[in-house]
Amino acid sequence: MTELTKMTIAEARDAMALGDLTSVELTEAHIKAVEGFGATNAYIMKTPEKALDMAKAADAKIQSGNTSAMTGIPIGVKDLFCTEGVRTTACSHILDGFVPRYESSVTTNLWNDGAVMLGKLNMDEFAMGSSNETSFYGPVKNPWRATNSNRDFVPGGSSGGSVTSVAGYAAMGATASDTGGSIRQPASFTGTVGIKPTYGRCSRFGMVAFASSLDQAGSITRTVRDGAIMLESMCGFDVKDSTSMDMVVPNFEAALTGDIRGLKVGIPQEYHLADMPGEIEALWHQGIEWLKAAGAEIVDVNLPHTKYALPAYYIIAPAEASSNLARYDGVRYGLRDVGDGSSLDEMYYSTRGEGFGEEVKRRLMIGTYVLSAGYYDAYYIKAQKVRQLIADDFKRVFEKVDVLLTPTAPSAAFAFGDKSNDPLAMYLNDVFTVPASLAGLPGSSVPAGLSADGLPLGLQVLGKAWDEETVLKVSHVIEAAAGFNATPTDWWS
Amino acid sequence: MSNYSIQGATGDFEVVIGLEIHAQISSKAKLFSGASTEFGAEPNTQVSLVDAAMPGMLPTINGECIRQGVRTGLAIGAQINNFSVFDRKNYFYADLPQGYQISQFKHPIVGEGMVVVDLEDGSKKEIGVERIHLEQDAGKSMHDQHPELTYVDLNRTGVALMEIVSKPDMRSPEEAGAYVTKIRSIVRYIGACDGNMEQGSMRADVNVSVRKHGDPLGTRCEIKNVNSIRFVRQAIEVEANRQVDVIEAGGTIDQETRSFDPVKGETKSLRSKEEAHDYRYFPDPDLLPIEFDDAYVDAARASLPELPDAKRARLVGELGISDYNAAVLVAEKENADYFEAILAATMDATGKDASSVATRVANWVIGDLFGAINKAGKTIATSPVSPAQGAALIALIEDGTISGRIAKDVFEIMFETGKDAGVIVEEKGLKQVSDTGAIEAIIDEIIAANPNQLAQYRAGKDKLIGFFVGQVMKATQGKANPGVVNQLLKPKLDG
Repeated sequence: MTELTKMTIAEARDAMALGDLTSVELTEAHIKAVEGFGATNAYIMKTPEKALDMAKAADAKIQSGNTSAMTGIPIGVKDLFCTEGVRTTACSHILDGFVPRYESSVTTNLWNDGAVMLGKLNMDEFAMGSSNETSFYGPVKNPWRATNSNRDFVPGGSSGGSVTSVAGYAAMGATASDTGGSIRQPASFTGTVGIKPTYGRCSRFGMVAFASSLDQAGSITRTVRDGAIMLESMCGFDVKDSTSMDMVVPNFEAALTGDIRGLKVGIPQEYHLADMPGEIEALWHQGIEWLKAAGAEIVDVNLPHTKYALPAYYIIAPAEASSNLARYDGVRYGLRDVGDGSSLDEMYYSTRGEGFGEEVKRRLMIGTYVLSAGYYDAYYIKAQKVRQLIADDFKRVFEKVDVLLTPTAPSAAFAFGDKSNDPLAMYLNDVFTVPASLAGLPGSSVPAGLSADGLPLGLQVLGKAWDEETVLKVSHVIEAAAGFNATPTDWWS
Repeated sequence: MSNYSIQGATGDFEVVIGLEIHAQISSKAKLFSGASTEFGAEPNTQVSLVDAAMPGMLPTINGECIRQGVRTGLAIGAQINNFSVFDRKNYFYADLPQGYQISQFKHPIVGEGMVVVDLEDGSKKEIGVERIHLEQDAGKSMHDQHPELTYVDLNRTGVALMEIVSKPDMRSPEEAGAYVTKIRSIVRYIGACDGNMEQGSMRADVNVSVRKHGDPLGTRCEIKNVNSIRFVRQAIEVEANRQVDVIEAGGTIDQETRSFDPVKGETKSLRSKEEAHDYRYFPDPDLLPIEFDDAYVDAARASLPELPDAKRARLVGELGISDYNAAVLVAEKENADYFEAILAATMDATGKDASSVATRVANWVIGDLFGAINKAGKTIATSPVSPAQGAALIALIEDGTISGRIAKDVFEIMFETGKDAGVIVEEKGLKQVSDTGAIEAIIDEIIAANPNQLAQYRAGKDKLIGFFVGQVMKATQGKANPGVVNQLLKPKLDG
């Protein structure tokens, strides 16, 4: 049965269409894989019965000929997405026992297309983190280990469970979300394909909010084609999200023509960091060579405000979070700790003091501070101005080029504890992903090689707003050129 | 102009007042959710997932609330902002599920406007409106349901409010009361708010400061959530006197938020400036700015009915009604609507044009109808006499079927029984007698029976004609047409 879990979504789709495979078979294989995946801590909630029910319904759908590309495909769902009747906590203690009576729009789209839910995936608490170490349910272990090492590595974050389940063959794909790099950076750390579409492509309805102006759902898969298939199912206008865009979702898979001749690929010079590991530079250079060989034209470009992106992001995102997370107050759902029971304030202190982890508290305090009277202009307003300048940088550059190519992260996966006591070092993980998040632009991370230690490294492709198709097309070419076929050693089963 | 001032021991103090009126928009659904806004439902039965701030829920703007905000702005001649932004006002409270109120801070939908208020001495005063912004209402905390616990009702959570912020242009309780009355009248005319202060659909935060005439503005206190026009006036009176007492005792006024207790007749401190929240306003990233074009504003303008000031001018200018009566008639929309309806019905019933019956109709509505309604503790909405019935009664006077005097009796019966005037006149035989022969006969009898009075009249006591008229009316139980009586009586008395 292990072979079934190694199929791609596209392969499984085609096999099911031909009648060579049923969703129940595929799902059973995955349920078994999930059962044996406990050592990674990727799943915080398994839903095997639900999965089988959905698989049966998918098979019936396939029988009737009424199928979509995702019909019968078993996937995992990041715990940030509300799932009706299935506990949803965003991996925070404060949402203990919360079972939504509603379904997020993104997962609704997937279920409507016949996808099968295997369970809920671990993540950094409220998506705040770059290593999946802030989860209330404990860290996720990267399926990948360094060559000749038994040391555990972080899978990146915040979508650590998503990338791990996909990299470790315990899901064919997984939903994820990206606020400052939470799809792309962990994809890079685990040799998976992560795609963050343009802000507004996917509805945020039913997705637990971290930073509303940045949060965007996306996909984790093992191939670019699978990413195109899954993302297309997730996207679409939603009247329930005022920031979702009312425009037709293109056929993303059709964009994978393999032909990028004449395409202009920008190389942002500001992404050459002084202290970046040589192997990252080398990989980037390799990527440039692949695209050049495929007929693309390489253009050096400048994004002069890049260095301000990280500081601006770590003002705007916490500011929005400090307000978004105010609803977790112990009054209506989730954790309630009345403390000494003396007052409402006492209940707030106890519930929120107990319910939020250290990183979340740090960001709530930063966010509260930057919005406070007397600091608002100096921090929040200034950060918004910087954000505009960064968006303008991209706009200007995209008048000259079609996509940008950069490394996804400044390093390969690191070991547990390496950065968790140094927030600034942790925040630097997002240095290449944050600017596009601030500008709301689509981007991907594609596995492109291995580090000297044998850990995966990804390249990032960034595109124009609403031009996921070109991002996917270029990602697909990199994927083909890289021929990345390394797999993690199965240490977990 | 009112010359209201507080007489302190050290001299007279001027009172400076500004009001923030919170008016609940009459929309079926809430500002950012589809939940119902119906008043009086069981607690927590009109709460959507958005209102309860469940994880991942997002607000979406109810366009009707935007439209009513724009209409209200237009109704006070205000600047309409084609671009406005919803901000988050962050604070923690049990009845505020999101942990923030969505409001408009930097970019309100309506800018400066103005209303004219009428004062008791007949003068008028312009009161400036600083802005109108839209915001969500909070829920309700109930502290009286359990000895230790507070219960929360979220039915009101998310209901759309307009906050109408005045300039500090008022100088007396009377002016403030007149301003609230005027705003209430306008929003009810245009249907943007039902103005029901008992149910809380309109309430005011009252800013009061005092100063010696000519001094710079004093420190103000804000009295929160005053829920009737009478209390607005009382609260200002009480608070202004308190401030004067503090100042004259050598103290200073602290800028603070206070509440008004109408039973005790005092205001008390809720929180000081130091305890004031830092609301950390910032634009709500879940919502896009509200933008609309001039055509949208034009359509909103076209949808406005005739407003009270315009109606009053028309009643005076075109219908010849006195300014006082016109002011009374237009103040409440229901009254104005009743007047328009009865006027139209009277025109139909009499075949006369508006200006020739308007004054009689206005007098009847204000004098007879309002008098009876007030006495009976009813409102125009629960009046037992419909405009058509009232018009039929007035028509009977107009065509001479009954006298004005008899009409009052008929109306009394109508008001009690709801019967039509014609039926009552028929049943009770109250038709006016205009038959000269019959009246002449009665006059002859009366003259014959009162020789002394006749002699005195003829000796020059002209006023005695009233005595004879009275006798004739008495003899005919008031049914004789007074015009005919006068016409016949004089030649006979004169001999």
